[in-house]
Amino acid sequence: MDLTRLSEVDPWSWTVPKLPGESRHEVKLYGSRELLQTMDDKVLEQITNVARLPGLVGAAMTMPDAHWGYGFPIGGVAAFDAERGGIISAGGVGFDISCGIRCLRTDLTLADIMPRLKLLADGLYRDIPAGVGEGGHIRLDVPALDRVLAGGAAWAVEQGYGETADLEFVEEHGRAAGAVPGEVSALAKKRQLGEMGTLGSGNHYLEVQWVERILDQEAACAFGLFEGQILVSIHCGSRGLGHQIGTEYLVSLAKAAGRLGITLPDRELACAPINSDEGQAYIGAMNAATNCALANRQILAQLTRRVFAHQFPNRRLETLFDVSHNTCKAEWHMVESKRRLLHVHRKGATRAFGPGHPELPGRYREAGQPVIIGGSMGTGSYILAGTTASEARAFSSASHGAGRAMSRHAALKRWQGRELLKDLETRGVLVRTRSMRGAAEEAPGAYKDVERVAEATERAGLARRVAVLRPKVCVKG
Amino acid sequence: MPYFEHDADVGVVGRGATLEEAFVSGAQAVFALMTHLESIQPRERVQVQFEEADPELAFVTWINQLLGHAHENGLVLGKFELARDGERWRGSAWGEPWRAEMERGVDVKGATLTMLSVAQRDGGWEARCVVDV
Repeated sequence: MDLTRLSEVDPWSWTVPKLPGESRHEVKLYGSRELLQTMDDKVLEQITNVARLPGLVGAAMTMPDAHWGYGFPIGGVAAFDAERGGIISAGGVGFDISCGIRCLRTDLTLADIMPRLKLLADGLYRDIPAGVGEGGHIRLDVPALDRVLAGGAAWAVEQGYGETADLEFVEEHGRAAGAVPGEVSALAKKRQLGEMGTLGSGNHYLEVQWVERILDQEAACAFGLFEGQILVSIHCGSRGLGHQIGTEYLVSLAKAAGRLGITLPDRELACAPINSDEGQAYIGAMNAATNCALANRQILAQLTRRVFAHQFPNRRLETLFDVSHNTCKAEWHMVESKRRLLHVHRKGATRAFGPGHPELPGRYREAGQPVIIGGSMGTGSYILAGTTASEARAFSSASHGAGRAMSRHAALKRWQGRELLKDLETRGVLVRTRSMRGAAEEAPGAYKDVERVAEATERAGLARRVAVLRPKVCVKG
Repeated sequence: MPYFEHDADVGVVGRGATLEEAFVSGAQAVFALMTHLESIQPRERVQVQFEEADPELAFVTWINQLLGHAHENGLVLGKFELARDGERWRGSAWGEPWRAEMERGVDVKGATLTMLSVAQRDGGWEARCVVDV
């Protein structure tokens, strides 16, 4: 990114001064100079376009892991007020609606699992459907899928996938309100009938990790974390259903924009006023897709427990937290000393409620919300905690991942899948995948340095670092 | 190579003497990301039809309907036909269920409006967009 257009507020946040006659809201970019320099200029172009959308409240923002997306940059955050003409944008949520991470904490240590690591990796690879062309073990009909879309993770628990105790640690207790299965097309539903309980492909993964270092003992204690502990992170979303909803509404909202009096700076920013029939239809479908994603991660969590139980009987895998990073949520925020209901879009950004937030489970109320920054398969991930400062700085939002540093095409030119996997194995990370092409595209070197992203997230006041995780097993789609 | 660069995903390009041929070529580029097209047997057929006056939105709709039907039926598609009558588009695609021995590439989940263009170029047509993988 060309930084000459930016103005440095402090070493971790930047603004973009308006050009003469330019009419838009403020733009804020969080991250170090070094991280911003690695971002494509498209990130700046896209977030500046977001700042031109009607009803925006405060600034259009990017998180330290931002990269070029579709209309909205990935790592983009923008809040809109329905009462002031604010909009809902399909591009601002993304195609994989409610993609996120379910993190499970175990009572196992690294020493416990090492003797059976290969068996664990092979068991997860066998029992967790992953990758292109891999259907799930569950086949639903449309009425059953409608119950998934209305019930979310709570539906999965009712079907025997997991425990009621899981739901306390899933956003919105595992069920997004306002889901309208009737606003989801027949084709979107058909795509999903055989895809419940599947990981998908691309950057989705299931990873067995160990806690290398605790950085904030108090929060770690609240989160139930200790050094040497084994965790499992499951990264996936609403699968085919979410994508079909995303693509269909993107086209229909793009066509409706003119009729709705919205001038789009980029057609991919297709949107509708929140208080319009079109906007409400998309919100109903989006919440249905959110429930699909929550149910999917709940099923995968239970499939994971079964594999662990086979290798390590009578051990616990509890839900630490489940947080989505492709969302639009109606939330109350303080804006200029007034409490306002805003629709906060987080496209590749994690909600990060600070200490005391009423929506947090009691166990985390003092520490703040667990925030998960997923890294690449060979490096590591971070658990952070939401901060009070993040409310004013970014409507309680933080980074969601390392963020790509190069295109998939460039990664394919640089790495060979089989050699990469062998190299990772020599470094103690067992990767299981059916796609060597996918492995090469997801090479650790194709991502930004997760350490720098986590550091920038903390220094920018968005969330504070609690624990460093290192991978041991990675099942890739 | 019928592809172009995007940070997180992949850009596909379809070229042909006619608009319909360019769209078919674009569909081939999409499914070639998932496996080798030559390994796919045309055992099952899916049919696609829609109305769309805007050629760019028609390209996105064509790709997304193919992906939707392929995922719905657990198929991988390798052969495509498309005909147009004004705003009405009618197409067919052939393929088969995934087989264990098939090379696995990356799943394409949907076509996007990013870098979307359908234009006449060098005496033929070119259709391009970024697909989400």
